[in-house]
Amino acid sequence: MRTRALLIWFVLFCASTVFGQSGGELRFCLRSDPKTFNPLLVNDESSETVRYLTAGFLLRVNRITQQPEPELATSWKVFDGGRSIRFKLRPGVRYSDGTPFSAADVTYTMEKLLDPSIHSSTSDAFRSGKGKLATRVLSPTDIELTFPAPIANLANLFDGVPIISSSSPQKEMAALGPFFVAEHKAGAFVLLKRNPNYWKKDSQGRQLPYLDSVRLEIEQNPDIEAMKYERGEIDLINTVSPAIYDKLARVNASLVRDAGPSTDTEELWFNEVPAAPIPAYKKQWFASTAFRQAISESINREDMSRLVFHGHAVPAVSNVPQSNKFWFNQALRPHRFDTAEALRRLQADGFRLENQQLRDKNGNAVEFSIVTNAGNRSREQMATMIQQDLKQIGIEVSVVTLDFNSLLERMTQTFNYDACLLGTVNGDLDPSSQMTMWLSSGEDHIWNPKEKTPATGWEAEIDKQMRIEASTLDFNKRKAAWDRVQKIAWEQQPVIYLLNKDSLVAISPQIKNAQPSPFRPQTYWNIEDLMLARR
Amino acid sequence: MKLVHKAALAVLLCAGLASIFASYVAPAGYEQQFRNEAQAGPSLHHPLGTDDLGRDRLARLIYGMRVSLFLAPLAALLSTIFAAVVGGIAGLCGGWVERCFMAATDLFLALPWLFLLITVRALLPLNMSPMASVIITFALLGMLGWAPAARVICAGAKQVLKSDFVWAARARGCGGLKLMRMHLLPGLRPALAAQFFLSIPVFIIAEANLGALGLGVSEPLPSLGGLVNELQDFVMLPPEPWRLAPLVVLIMVIGAFQVLLNKQEVHA
Repeated sequence: MRTRALLIWFVLFCASTVFGQSGGELRFCLRSDPKTFNPLLVNDESSETVRYLTAGFLLRVNRITQQPEPELATSWKVFDGGRSIRFKLRPGVRYSDGTPFSAADVTYTMEKLLDPSIHSSTSDAFRSGKGKLATRVLSPTDIELTFPAPIANLANLFDGVPIISSSSPQKEMAALGPFFVAEHKAGAFVLLKRNPNYWKKDSQGRQLPYLDSVRLEIEQNPDIEAMKYERGEIDLINTVSPAIYDKLARVNASLVRDAGPSTDTEELWFNEVPAAPIPAYKKQWFASTAFRQAISESINREDMSRLVFHGHAVPAVSNVPQSNKFWFNQALRPHRFDTAEALRRLQADGFRLENQQLRDKNGNAVEFSIVTNAGNRSREQMATMIQQDLKQIGIEVSVVTLDFNSLLERMTQTFNYDACLLGTVNGDLDPSSQMTMWLSSGEDHIWNPKEKTPATGWEAEIDKQMRIEASTLDFNKRKAAWDRVQKIAWEQQPVIYLLNKDSLVAISPQIKNAQPSPFRPQTYWNIEDLMLARR
Repeated sequence: MKLVHKAALAVLLCAGLASIFASYVAPAGYEQQFRNEAQAGPSLHHPLGTDDLGRDRLARLIYGMRVSLFLAPLAALLSTIFAAVVGGIAGLCGGWVERCFMAATDLFLALPWLFLLITVRALLPLNMSPMASVIITFALLGMLGWAPAARVICAGAKQVLKSDFVWAARARGCGGLKLMRMHLLPGLRPALAAQFFLSIPVFIIAEANLGALGLGVSEPLPSLGGLVNELQDFVMLPPEPWRLAPLVVLIMVIGAFQVLLNKQEVHA
C-alpha cells in the first residue's frame, strides 16, 4: 500500500515536471522602462509589452491562425458597409480591482481613444473620415459603434484597443487582462501579478493564467540579456539577433527557435522627388523603371541573407511576407540575381559600360550614395554588399551612415539624398494600414511623398486599387486589389524590397504551451496558456 | 635608450612600415569580399580569418592602421598648432587678451563636441569618397581638440615669461614677435611636444568612439576605430579570440606612444 502511494506520488511529480504546472514566475527583459502605464497612450515597445499582458481587448487576432477570436466580446457583426460594428459583450467580467465591466466602458474607451488631445497612435486607424463616432448602448452587454466613413478592416482594428474602466477608482491601472501591474522600480523591473478576476478558463475549467507573476527586467544590452538567458536567469527573449541565435543554438539547439518570416522588411529606394536638390541626370536615372529593375537584379539577396542574417531571412517580394497567409501574392517570386540581364536592361535604356564604369547616354558616370542610419550594423553590412554587387555592373556607390534625425530630415524635408536603405516594421497584417505609404498623396510615400497628382500612370493605378482595398468589405475584392498593388510594385520597383527577416526567438524548453509566432509579440502572445515546467 | 623604449619604437616602426607598404604586405584588398569564406578562422590565405562579409581581417587591420596612424598624428599636429597660437598669445599678452582667449578656450571645452561632430558629419556632401570623409573627420577632431592643450601652453608661457632670461631679453629691448620666436617658443617646446604625443592616442580613441557610433570612417575603408567597433557583439568572442587583434594592436600602439611620451617628459 505504501509502495503504491509512493509510486503515485512519483508519477505525479514526474508529470508536473514534464508537462508543466500552474504557478511560478516568468521572467524576461524589456529594453527600457515603459514610458507609460496608460494603455491608450502607448507608443513604445516596453509599454506595449505591459499593455499586452495587462489590458483586456474585445477581440484578439490569433498569431498562428491569423484569425480574430472572441475575448471580452463573445461575438460581433460589421454592417452598414463597414461603417458600424455591433459587439455582444461577455457578462460577469470584472477588473482586477473588482469593478464590473460593461458597455459603458467600451463607450468611455472609444471616446478617450478618439479624443485628439491625448494623441493616441492607436486612434489613427479609426479616423476614416470627418465627423464623430456615434455609440449606442443597447444593453449592458450590447453596444453599437458607428464611424463617419467605412473602415475595411474594422473588426481586426479592435485587436489594438485596450478597454479601460469608466468607473474604477484605479482608473486605467485596473486591468482586464491576465495580469496587473503590482510593482515598478524604475530602471530595474516591472512586476506583474496574476489578475484574480481574469475571466478566462482552460478546457478543464481551471482559472487562467497558469503563471503567478511575470517579472520584466530592464536590460538595454542584448548580449547581457543573452547571457542571462543562457544562465537560466530569464525564460525568454522575444527577438534575438542572428549572431546571438547561432551562439545559443551552438550551446543547445532547443534554446532558440526560428518562427519564420516576420513582417519586418529591409528595403532600398531612390529619391524620385522632382524638386530634390540633386543633379537632373540623377533624377532621370532614378525615375527610370529599367534602371531600378537593373539595380534590383544586381543585388545578390541570397548572399545578403546568408552573410548578414546568417540565413535567417528570405529574399523579399514585397513588404508582405509569405507567412502572411491571407495577403501575400502567391503569384510573385523574388527578383533573380542576374547581372548579365541587368546590364542588358541598362544598355537598352541608353546606358553603356566603358572601362568597367557605367555611363548614361550623356556620358555621366553612374555614381550615387546610399544613406542609412548609423549604428545599425546589419544595415551597414547590407549597404557594403550592395556597393560590391553594383561595382560588378560598373556603378560606384558610396555608403553614408547618418544619425537618425539627420536621415529623417533628408528623407522628409530637404530630400537631399540619392538612395536610402532602411527597414520597415509592419505591426498590422492587413495592408489597409499601409494607405499612407502607397497612396501617391501619402506622407509616407517614401520615394516621392505628398504628390499633388500621381506622377506616373502606375501610381494612379495603385491609388485606385488601394482605395478599393480600403473601402470594400468583400474580402475577395480586397485581396484582388492588394494583389494588383503588389504586382505593380514588383514590376515598377519604386521600393526595392531586399529581405524579409525571420522572427528569431529564444524560449526556454521549461516553458510549456509556447507557440512562437512570426508576428508580435512573438513568444508571449498566448501568455495565459504558458506554464513553467519547473523552476 | 632603455629596452622598453626600444620596444615601443619597434612597435610603432613595424606598424608604420606595415601601413606604408600595406598593398605589398596585406594578403588581400581591404574591400575584397570572399563571400564563400565568410567568418572563416585563421588559415594560410587569411592569417586572421575573415569577417562577416568574407573580407580578410589582417588586410583590414593593416589598412586600418594606415588610416589611424597617419591621420591621428596629423590631427594632433593641427591641434598642437592651434593650442600653441592661442595659448602662446594669451600667455604673452596677458590682461584682457588672455581673459578673452581663455574664455574662448573654456567655451570650446564646454562644447558637446560629439554632437558637433555628428552635426558637421550630417552636413557634409553625401557623395564624398571614404578617404575624404575620414580626412575631414580627423581634421575636425584636430580643430576641436586644441582647447585643453591651450590652457597648458598659456600657463607654460606665463611661466617662461617670468624667467630671468626673458627679463634680460626684455631689458635689452627684445619684444613682440622676436621675443616669441627667440625665447618663448623654444621654452615651450617640451610642453608642445608632450601635447602632440598625448593627442595622438586621444584622437585614435576618439575616432574609435565615433566608429562605435557608426560615424567614423565610412565603409568599406577600415580604421582601427571601425575594427574595434566590430567587437560590440562580444557574445561571439570566446570561440574566436583572433577577432581581438585590432584591440590588441590599438592597445600596443597607444602604449608605445605613452612610453615614448614619458621619455619625452623625462627629457623635458
